[in-house]
Amino acid sequence: MNQRPVLDISDLPTFGHGPRSPTWWGTLGFMALEGTGFALAAGAYLYLATLWPNWRLSAPVPNHWPGTIVTLLLVVSLVPNHILNGYAKRCAMGPVRIGMVVMSLLGLAPLVVRWFEFPALNIYWDTNAYGSMIWVLLGLHTTHLITDVGDTIVLTVLMFTHHGYSGRRFGDVGDNVFYWDFVVLTWIPIYLLIYWLPRLG
Amino acid sequence: MSSADLTNERDLPPGRETSATGDIAPERDGPRDTGMDDASLHRWLARTWRTPPGIIGALSSVDHKVIARRYLITAFLFLCLGGLNAVAMRVQLSGPQRGLIGPDLYNQLFTMHGVTMMFLFAVPIVQATGIYLVPLMVGTRNIAFPRLNAFGYWVYVSGGLFAWVSFALSMGPDVGWFAYVPLSGPEFGPGKRADVWAQMITYTEVSSLAVAVATIVTVLKQRAPGMSLDKIPLYVWALLVTSFVVVFAMPAVMITSTFLILDRLVGTHIFNPAEGGDALLFQHLFWFFGHPEVYIIFLPATGMVSSIIPAFARRPAFGHLGLVLSLIAVGFLSFGLWVHHMFATGLPKLGASFFTASSMLIAIPNGVQIFCWLATLWEGRPVIRTPLLFVFGFFFTFVIGGLTGVMLASVPLDLQVHDTYFVVAHFHYVLIGGSVFPLLGAAYFWFPKITGRMMSERLGRWHFWLAMIGFNAAFFPMHIVGLWGMPRRVYTYPAELGWGNINLFISAGAVLFFVSFVLFAFNLVHGALRGTPAGDNPWDAGTLEWATSSPPPSYNFARIPVVTNVEPLWAEREALPVAAGLRVDARELIVSTVAEAHPDVREKSATPSIWPLLAAIAVGATFLYSIFTPWAIIWGAAPIAVTLVGWFWPKGDPEDEE
Repeated sequence: MNQRPVLDISDLPTFGHGPRSPTWWGTLGFMALEGTGFALAAGAYLYLATLWPNWRLSAPVPNHWPGTIVTLLLVVSLVPNHILNGYAKRCAMGPVRIGMVVMSLLGLAPLVVRWFEFPALNIYWDTNAYGSMIWVLLGLHTTHLITDVGDTIVLTVLMFTHHGYSGRRFGDVGDNVFYWDFVVLTWIPIYLLIYWLPRLG
Repeated sequence: MSSADLTNERDLPPGRETSATGDIAPERDGPRDTGMDDASLHRWLARTWRTPPGIIGALSSVDHKVIARRYLITAFLFLCLGGLNAVAMRVQLSGPQRGLIGPDLYNQLFTMHGVTMMFLFAVPIVQATGIYLVPLMVGTRNIAFPRLNAFGYWVYVSGGLFAWVSFALSMGPDVGWFAYVPLSGPEFGPGKRADVWAQMITYTEVSSLAVAVATIVTVLKQRAPGMSLDKIPLYVWALLVTSFVVVFAMPAVMITSTFLILDRLVGTHIFNPAEGGDALLFQHLFWFFGHPEVYIIFLPATGMVSSIIPAFARRPAFGHLGLVLSLIAVGFLSFGLWVHHMFATGLPKLGASFFTASSMLIAIPNGVQIFCWLATLWEGRPVIRTPLLFVFGFFFTFVIGGLTGVMLASVPLDLQVHDTYFVVAHFHYVLIGGSVFPLLGAAYFWFPKITGRMMSERLGRWHFWLAMIGFNAAFFPMHIVGLWGMPRRVYTYPAELGWGNINLFISAGAVLFFVSFVLFAFNLVHGALRGTPAGDNPWDAGTLEWATSSPPPSYNFARIPVVTNVEPLWAEREALPVAAGLRVDARELIVSTVAEAHPDVREKSATPSIWPLLAAIAVGATFLYSIFTPWAIIWGAAPIAVTLVGWFWPKGDPEDEE
């Protein structure tokens, strides 16, 4: 088919931050599907909780302290996370490297405390359905956490190599910030469901 | 819209500086396509976008057309296998008390038939069609996240192999395609058969979700300049809505199958009522996916119909906006119907009434679509060719399936015919009528684009009539035998019930239907080898996939089209307006804004890589191992992490670095 050029796009930039980048939209897509998974798991938990009048099924209440510490760590981590985002937008290598190291450490810290969360549930997954559901919820979020921390560490290493000096990499840092927000956000309802809902019953 | 609007500075998003600031290595600018002659442009682009030669090269391909072709062929092979399951069952049921197949094998056969048709054929083939066509129709050079797309294919293949090798080893799932607990649970489902079901689901859903995300981003961010939301082709709208439905529905079945395998493998009690769980929870979770699943299969088919009808009616679709809104409405409503699969479980009456109402409600947007298509045909000058014949077959069959659907939406009737052949007849009318017939029409319609050759029209007509007669002969009498009380999923029946003759008739129809597919397969092969050359646009259709050669080159378009109309090729018959300024030595494509499709970024698309295959092998092996021990997840994590790092680590190409 014959062609007639009507548009010159040679001046367009080669990368864009946030919603200008396809990767940001892909990340959003994965958040949507993972969020749906979380919502359904939480829904299943609530479904069982409303079905059985004596929910918690005579199990002891969980010790909320490890979970509360994780919550505090995650909420606090949002501050450096967003400072990092500002530097990523400006493509400032020095502060971004520092920020990525800080975020890797702030990802590992809740994982360490998470180790103590499982015994603090005061029940095993195979004791009854209540135990199963809170292990499943905690397990789901832990998988989430491990995946994102792994991703953050790899990206941190990458930013210390010559590959880091690229608009795309700074865009990746921005998307990593975005995803961490999601990891923190999904934890709040799960925290309430695991540690505070059983105290209502 | 004129091209001037597209370059108007006012309309561009803020912050569009061309010179990047900050700690970024300067772009190593390469040759651009501006003013380049056609021969040099082709040489450059062909070298930049080619799939490397050799076996490793072929396994590394990230070209959406190559991946889609593999998907289509694989899904067609699974269709054949699932069809053979069905023929085996029909031979067994052709007379009372036949001893050909025993109950154990029969259970595996109907489960494998359902699982194969739903998870290994229907969803993959509609997604594969989208992988091939969506990037072409929106005027871009590759799908978004091409490596993720390749990964999706490999995971799908390994899931299909896993299920069928298990079946060959007599450990195929035997608990029905929806695998209800407690039958599939630890107490009543010994051995590994139910685990095979659960993990096969996980494989195929990972693959569907990956493709859905890639499709959504392609449609939202990679549309050709000027293709604002109101100029997106209906087929692309259908795939977009479908992909959103996948994103919100598929996690439900992954959660279901994961909960099931946890109950079976590590002793959780999620579905165990004796320890505070609940068996009905399984059904809720499964059908929260299972009902949208029907629309995941059906909506792309409506998109195909909306492409075929304008091409043969010789006019744009009547009620474009109405058709788009219907697609979106069906997408939303599909999430509000799942409980109508559970009317026989003794739910509260009010709940059942709500789901009856919503089940009837969804007939409204579907009806709107049907009337828009009829109006398009009425107002046009229809040219009756094989693709349009299959669309007529779709109307006839799908409307019957829709009517029995409205019948089944009422609780008393549903209770009466629950788990009988009436239901089997209904869902085959809906699925084959609603999806397979449009797919067959689409095969004839787009085959010339994919292969560059035409399929035989004469064989096509034979195929259509054989399929139509065979299908109706096989499935219409099932309504009757269902009303007589014949339950589904029985491996035989006694002679005294008098169901022998009608079942023999059904089996004869099924064989005829199968023969029609043999003819189709012959027509495919014959067309690919000996068909008459098709040219770029054999049907004189109006959407962008027909603007390029058949088959399209690896880079799809020598220059990215600029879209001015919903049927761009009809609006611009003299010469296609195009954009210039992309680099030709790196895989550049245009990223545009979501609503208006203003060109925004020159982004680079990923190069071929073997890592998606290696990652899929690591993931597949982990899933396989996990039916034996939960430690598989721990052992599998390391190879998965290594392959993912290999996948994402930059290799020094301009595509990685800039």
